[in-house]
Amino acid sequence: MTTTNPYTPFLSEIKEVIKHTDIEYTFRMTFSGDAKPGQFFEVSLPKFGEAPISISGIAEDTVDLTIRRVGKVTDEIFENYVGDSLFLRGPYGNGFSIDNYIDKEIILIAGGTGLSPVKGIADYFSAHPKETKGFTLVAGFKSPNDVLFKADFEKWKKNLNVILTVDTPIDGYCGKSGMVTEYISSIPVKNIDDAIGIVVGPPMMMKCTIDELLKKGFKEANIWISQERKMCCGIGKCGHCKIDDTYICLDGPVFNYTKGKFLKD
Amino acid sequence: MGYQINKTKMNTLFTDLLENYTIYAPKRFVGGGTFADTDCIRYGEISTLEEIEFSEKSDYSFKEVLLPISETLFYFTEAVIKESDPPPKEAIVFLRSCDLHSLNRLDTIYLKNGPVDPYYKRLRDHTHFILMGCENTFENCFCVSMGTNLSTNYDAYIKVTAEDVLIDSHWNLLDQALANSQPFTVVPDSVSINKISVEIPESIPQSVFDSTLWDDYTTRCIACGRCNFVCPTCTCFTMQDLFYSDNGKAGERRRVWASCQVDGYTDVAGGHAFRENKGQRMRFKVMHKISDYKKRFDTQMCTGCGRCDDICPEYISFSNCINKVNALVKEENR
Ligand SMILES: Cc1cc2nc3c(=O)[nH]c(=O)nc-3n(C[C@H](O)[C@H](O)[C@H](O)COP(=O)(O)OP(=O)(O)OC[C@H]3O[C@@H](n4cnc5c(N)ncnc54)[C@H](O)[C@@H]3O)c2cc1C
Ligand code: SF4
Ligand code: SF4
Ligand code: FES
Repeated sequence: MTTTNPYTPFLSEIKEVIKHTDIEYTFRMTFSGDAKPGQFFEVSLPKFGEAPISISGIAEDTVDLTIRRVGKVTDEIFENYVGDSLFLRGPYGNGFSIDNYIDKEIILIAGGTGLSPVKGIADYFSAHPKETKGFTLVAGFKSPNDVLFKADFEKWKKNLNVILTVDTPIDGYCGKSGMVTEYISSIPVKNIDDAIGIVVGPPMMMKCTIDELLKKGFKEANIWISQERKMCCGIGKCGHCKIDDTYICLDGPVFNYTKGKFLKD
Repeated sequence: MGYQINKTKMNTLFTDLLENYTIYAPKRFVGGGTFADTDCIRYGEISTLEEIEFSEKSDYSFKEVLLPISETLFYFTEAVIKESDPPPKEAIVFLRSCDLHSLNRLDTIYLKNGPVDPYYKRLRDHTHFILMGCENTFENCFCVSMGTNLSTNYDAYIKVTAEDVLIDSHWNLLDQALANSQPFTVVPDSVSINKISVEIPESIPQSVFDSTLWDDYTTRCIACGRCNFVCPTCTCFTMQDLFYSDNGKAGERRRVWASCQVDGYTDVAGGHAFRENKGQRMRFKVMHKISDYKKRFDTQMCTGCGRCDDICPEYISFSNCINKVNALVKEENR
């Protein structure tokens, strides 16, 4: 073909597998191009299909993909990954621009696997704590057994204010419980006009969290969200991700709330 | 250049063209229609003038020539991914004015929205378009309202009369083949009035999204997706991988037509689906066709072919819905 084929996947080697829960693993994949938190790859196993997966970590020549086992493609990935490789194409989408958050107070609120696309932001400010005027991570999971990135939480605790909470505690769990929204009002913010809120998670959680941030006095223009929609192509063709005149795969998935709030399914 | 030739000569020309081209045109499939005792008119390969259905509107559009219903992108064997081959021949497609305008809508998505789609481009670059005239409007057409009733960017226009064939050619290849024929001034037939007309509001306020107008469709629409499949401007697809049952090690990746009206279109992980309600799906489709696309690309998406109205088993009318939206907007602005 004369035009380069954006549908052609490339082979990427699995360097390491980090098991968080029975159904959620992080695959550390060889990749040396540019990548941003919030961008995604179409991950595939030929003959089984493709699945869009967010970048959950970025290093010199690897990217992390944290995959939840839910169906056809992801089952096959979990069963057949041993010592192997996966096909990727991407990265797609705009991703989060760290530049927008430098030298500001930041509250990052994530629900469940929603932590994946923003994990790179926590990693960055944990490694460069002088570049923020205060960073609070509020992460919520269903139960203690669903907590992802446990080792990373230990690392983040050293430099960031971390609130890890579960909806339903189980016997023997001694951490925080309750919804992420319950913690927002008590987080100290010095300059509310300039403070940044970043929210990613299931639709209901995002809505309630944003309401809480706005109530606290956050400016709409300082709130950033990432939208998950069904995606088959990642390149503006298949139509599945479209909302209004916006293609989430091309124009998002990261949106400033001033635009994001108008996206009506 | 315009020409007048006899039908035998036209068929000889077809025979010559078939060496290097596949010719696609609307054909009649007897008894294949949606409703009882109706025929289906859809695209197929032709080799003679007589096979082309000129007298009626086709139920399905030409788009399947450029966007096959199911298109293989890659073949997989154990170790290799191989791109599918393009068809060996170039293509010639017979279509009407509204459909030629629809081509521009397909181009916009597949060549301009994001990176160029190589599978579309390789077909598009090797396809020639022959305009079929419209002497009278067909049922449900509203091309005049949509400004798609006239076309000039055809490779050729062909009209069959009782005795002859009239051709207006913009294509060197035809001009050469017809060099010895009778020159003739040919102006494509086109309509200037339809029985149906629509008025599209300049801007549609948010309140229309939440209107009860859509509720009617929640109960009527059966989510069969036919309105999308017949539409010359609908472009959505779903990716599908499969392995061959006789050899599990080999398989392919395809894309197949998808419909925003059918269940599953928006399903995401965790079983969450957006727009589960069929009225909201109708709202999504209508807004895309008459507002969202225009906001992004500056032209209306719908070309007024009326096929969605022709095919709907529940007699849902898209043009009627546009006019209902318009009435609602007018009322709100008062
Ligand atoms: C931008 C984006 C980023 C994502 N990031 C991650 C991530 O970091 N980690 C992760 O585990 N998952 C992520 N997902 C969801 C992931 O893509 C789906 O879970 C995956 O496609 C399911 O594929 P499957 O074949 O295993 O499941 P299937 O057998 O196809 O279906 C299982 C479930 O997944 C849903 N699903 C199927 N296809 C898609 C699709 N294309 N997009 C969304 N949901 C789908 C189905 O509705 C169903 O609920 C992301 C999705 C998007 C759009
Ligand atoms: S509007 Fe009609 S054709 Fe379209 S999905 Fe609904 S029932 Fe089917
Ligand atoms: S929406 Fe209906 S009238 Fe408009 S182009 Fe599509 S099929 Fe034709
Ligand atoms: S994912 Fe296909 S158009 Fe956005």
